[in-house]
Amino acid sequence: MAPFDSADGNPRGSAQGKPLLDVQHLSVTFGGPSPAVDDVSFQMAAGETLGLVGESGSGKSVTAFSILRLLQPPGRITGGSVIFQGRDLLTLPESEMREVRGAGISLIFQEPMTALNPVMRVGDQIGEALLVHGKATRAEARSRAVELLDAVKIPDAARRVRDYPHQLSGGMRQRVMIAIALACRPPLIIADEPTTALDVTIQAQVLELLRELKARYNLALLLITHDFGVIAEMADRVAVMFKGKLVEHGPVRDILRHPSHEYTRTLLAAVPGAGGRTR
Amino acid sequence: MTPLLEVRHLVKHFVRKQGLFRPPSVVKAVDDVSFTIGEGEMFGLVGESGSGKSTTGRCILRLIEPTAGEVVFRGENVLQFSTERMRLARRDLQIVFQDPYSSLNPRMRVGDIVEEPLVIHKLGTRSERRARVAELFQLVGLEPSFIARYPHEFSGGQRQRIGIARALALNPALVIADEAVSALDVSIQAQVVALLLDLKERLKLTYLFIAHDLRLVEHICTRVAVMYMGKIVELGETSALFARPTHPYTKALLSAIPVLDPDAPRQRIELDPASFEREAPLREIGAEHWAAV
Repeated sequence: MAPFDSADGNPRGSAQGKPLLDVQHLSVTFGGPSPAVDDVSFQMAAGETLGLVGESGSGKSVTAFSILRLLQPPGRITGGSVIFQGRDLLTLPESEMREVRGAGISLIFQEPMTALNPVMRVGDQIGEALLVHGKATRAEARSRAVELLDAVKIPDAARRVRDYPHQLSGGMRQRVMIAIALACRPPLIIADEPTTALDVTIQAQVLELLRELKARYNLALLLITHDFGVIAEMADRVAVMFKGKLVEHGPVRDILRHPSHEYTRTLLAAVPGAGGRTR
Repeated sequence: MTPLLEVRHLVKHFVRKQGLFRPPSVVKAVDDVSFTIGEGEMFGLVGESGSGKSTTGRCILRLIEPTAGEVVFRGENVLQFSTERMRLARRDLQIVFQDPYSSLNPRMRVGDIVEEPLVIHKLGTRSERRARVAELFQLVGLEPSFIARYPHEFSGGQRQRIGIARALALNPALVIADEAVSALDVSIQAQVVALLLDLKERLKLTYLFIAHDLRLVEHICTRVAVMYMGKIVELGETSALFARPTHPYTKALLSAIPVLDPDAPRQRIELDPASFEREAPLREIGAEHWAAV
């Protein structure tokens, strides 16, 4: 029996206050014979990092998109609730939902080249997030953009705000994505494979940056990845998805050391050199 | 170790014109690279994007014509081969590509894809070739009854098996696996790696395994060369190189690999470009272990 902190694997702290995010019985279909997301429930406390792991098609990205109600048809949420800061996002009017996106929960995508607008200066793309949410005037947005680029450790930020995405390296673009996600100071960031497209040394830098920003802004991070190594470095808790279902859920040390579900064991065993390498 | 392939002072420069009045810029993609692969070896070539590892692989097959150097295969320099002689040599030198979605022609049936090398090299009668295709399908763990299907009907892992079957059709001696499992999910990756290792034993294959995933390379390769900006900066037996990384770049690279243990101490080593001499030659620093320091 794995030593879970509580029966559902949630940390003790979340039992005291209300969780920041409470996903209950979420189900999503794409019209196929089996649901893409099947009765998935989990909670996140403020400031915590939850790693959502699984392979292609396991439903982890669909879960993230459902939380933000960004599913493209024929994808459709068939049941459940997503309570964020006390409100059910699934019943919110679209106008209020727009407020939640970016200001409440923001999203970092895997591919920074396709997620950024290629014909818009990066400073303007960061400022846009603030202008859309009415959080700044044009002049303020411009100076905030410089501050944010500085916060994500882009050197010479004052000059870089005028760059276009193609002038930046992959790692820099991902930093710009993070700056945009941070712009409205949301309490929760969903990062969908944020470092998968990056080289390992750049990945290490981006993960380090995310760790620092989390601590500085008390951010909660829903980290979607297929890489258990990234999970071990970043997550407090882990949820493992397989064929749309959440098959295992608990503190990161328990899951890595005593995986109880067969699929989790398979995934861990498939990591090359698993168990062999220590530093 | 009998050498099967010797790469000597391989150079590939890409010249880019910058307009009428400006001198062209030269990218030294591969800059004086030398290594030897022994018969039956699994040799790993690792590096990050732009390090020149894929260009090196392609130069060996002359899919890209090198600027200078020698590629000696079984004692002969393939860079001096005529077109006709090179075509023959390609029976022995095959490649498996990274992307199983773009490396198979979507309009061809998978049986024809695997048969095509036999047709090009005019080997066997039609029925002999079909029998060989069925045999190859079995070899890579695919149902021979799948031959009439199209690539889109297969998963990524299955497609990569088709790519491997095609590479094996001519009974090669050396297979260059260029990020051959990088695009696959980790559990599928493990299956395809197991297949590559199994085929190596059964068919006495030699691999040049090009990859960016150091964990995988540590797991399966006998020796490893680390490339950085067109040069090999460190080369050695896998266990020695991973236990005692010596070049500053190798140290930085290894320290960046995420470890599965959340309590492992993290000592990220940042690369300081001033800490090493780019033109330094490889020097023996231990048994079967060289570094450019």
